[in-house]
Amino acid sequence: MVDSIHPPAEAPGIDVRRGPEPVRPRQRGWRPRRRNRYVGAPLVLISINLLLFVTFFVWPAITGLVYSFTSYTGVGTAPYVGLDNYQRLLQDESFYAALIRTLIFTAGAVPLTVLLSLGTAVLLVTPYTKGKSLARVIFFLPWLISPIIAGVIWRWMFGENFGLVNYLIISLGGKEVPWQSDANLSLFVVIIAAAWGGTAFNMLLFVAALKNVPTAYYEAASLDGAGSWDKFRNITLPAIAPTTFIVVLLSILHSMKEYALIQAVNAGGPGTANNLLVQYIYTKGFERAQIGYASAASFVLMLILMVVAVVQLGMNRRKES
Amino acid sequence: MALTTSTPRPPVLRRRKRPDAPGELSKKVWATAVMWLLVVVYGFPVLWFLLSSFKPAGELFSYPLTFLPEQPTIKGFTEAWTRFDVARYFLNTLVVALSATALTIVASAACGYALAKYRSWWLKAFTLCILATTMLPGEVLLSPLFLVVRDLGLYNSLSAVVVPAVITATGTFMFRQFFLTVPDDLLEAARIDGSGELSTFLRIMLPLSRPIMLTLAIFSFQWRWNDYIWPLVVLNDPNKFTLQIGVATIVGAENVNWSVLLGASVLSMIPLVAIYLLFQKYVMNADINAGLKD
Repeated sequence: MVDSIHPPAEAPGIDVRRGPEPVRPRQRGWRPRRRNRYVGAPLVLISINLLLFVTFFVWPAITGLVYSFTSYTGVGTAPYVGLDNYQRLLQDESFYAALIRTLIFTAGAVPLTVLLSLGTAVLLVTPYTKGKSLARVIFFLPWLISPIIAGVIWRWMFGENFGLVNYLIISLGGKEVPWQSDANLSLFVVIIAAAWGGTAFNMLLFVAALKNVPTAYYEAASLDGAGSWDKFRNITLPAIAPTTFIVVLLSILHSMKEYALIQAVNAGGPGTANNLLVQYIYTKGFERAQIGYASAASFVLMLILMVVAVVQLGMNRRKES
Repeated sequence: MALTTSTPRPPVLRRRKRPDAPGELSKKVWATAVMWLLVVVYGFPVLWFLLSSFKPAGELFSYPLTFLPEQPTIKGFTEAWTRFDVARYFLNTLVVALSATALTIVASAACGYALAKYRSWWLKAFTLCILATTMLPGEVLLSPLFLVVRDLGLYNSLSAVVVPAVITATGTFMFRQFFLTVPDDLLEAARIDGSGELSTFLRIMLPLSRPIMLTLAIFSFQWRWNDYIWPLVVLNDPNKFTLQIGVATIVGAENVNWSVLLGASVLSMIPLVAIYLLFQKYVMNADINAGLKD
């Protein structure tokens, strides 16, 4: 599965600018000699990453899997409990609540982020707009701001009895909106904040893809009398499809793991109404020291992320063929 | 008139370039208007935040709210800097971000180079392993990763934040893609001249990759500066807190001290905004080819 993440990543849409790859036929001739001659140098070169990979990915992945079958609390022994953790997890209502909240958050934030990043990217690339250089800086500003600070900024905007938004609503004759104490409105604020913060990076990817669409296509379409919308739908969208795929996939994976932003906007509140999956894992593992149980929850989250990736890759394949 | 000005140009070109055709003009107006509306949507929250941070505590909540601070003050900043230890958090974050960035560049450049210029089955396998790390991010392995760091005796030290962050798929692949574009002839020529493999890397290849280094430096600095959950898990001593944890502590308080919170938040944004404004082109032209976020 990881293997197949590669083709879209190196799709021509992003790669065109890099110039030609090293000449293939010659390389093939060199290959056998190389394989035998150079072992030490590449091994030294990858040594740091290799060491870190084993220590901080392989080791925790294995211990995590092992601990998920125990009732380990971080100290003392780790009694084996079989599938007990997983069974308890699947019967825990607060786990399902967190899962559903995470899915709602993802369903809200991802389409909004993708639309906004594509929209801003198009506006920054099209020749019709004026003042691009300043606009680009402003659009990119949220990337520089950490999720915690972004959360604080939107919390300040949507404060229930001090925020600018409610002040404006009241000034216009409306009633105070409970942005903090209503669970759904509270999640809405987080979605807005997530889309605001997630736009910049994806916009960068879209801008690169849009710049690589051959202009000859547009010229040909213009001669045929195609309108802007036709051109966008029939030329631009298919041409940037590989990038769109990456953006959607990364945005989904990213939203499923959201933690810092929601922590700053409302700390998963009101109460525990907006606890997302990572919050659930964090609470169980670090506040209640149920390492075994939290590890089981982590693996369920990982399984969900993998399913998302596989389903998306499958859909992408089918569309392409 | 039209005839005299446009005779040298081929007719097709002229039609495309003429900006004042009625349809074109209205398109320009609309597109520009939409773009600037979005600029306001994206920029205004930050502007409002910034202006609010200069308001004295009493003015923050007094209706009617004013756009500009009536009695501008920097008390929020000074109080955050001194009484709320923001100075210390700042220093800790700087240590973490700078050392992690330096190490990330060294590790990614070396590994990316090896993956691009040498061929063997184990290098191919390792390429896949690096890609797999994007599927197993820190958040997913939170508790077992914490145990590993604890067993290594790193708990509650800044190196616990730095060391696991050094390996990044994005950085490694940035360098790999770059070195793939460097012709193999260069490497062969160095070999014929009797240059050792590692010294070829250090003396010829590494200097070539300077633009990638700078791009990755900016990215890595941003990742580490803005990190929250991992430092939160491995740091326990308030003296070792990073800025993000510090700010989150102020947000998490029973009664949020907004004046200090605004000051601390604005202070924490300054370094990244400054770096971005200085090195803008390295970020905007970045070839984040695999598009992997960290």
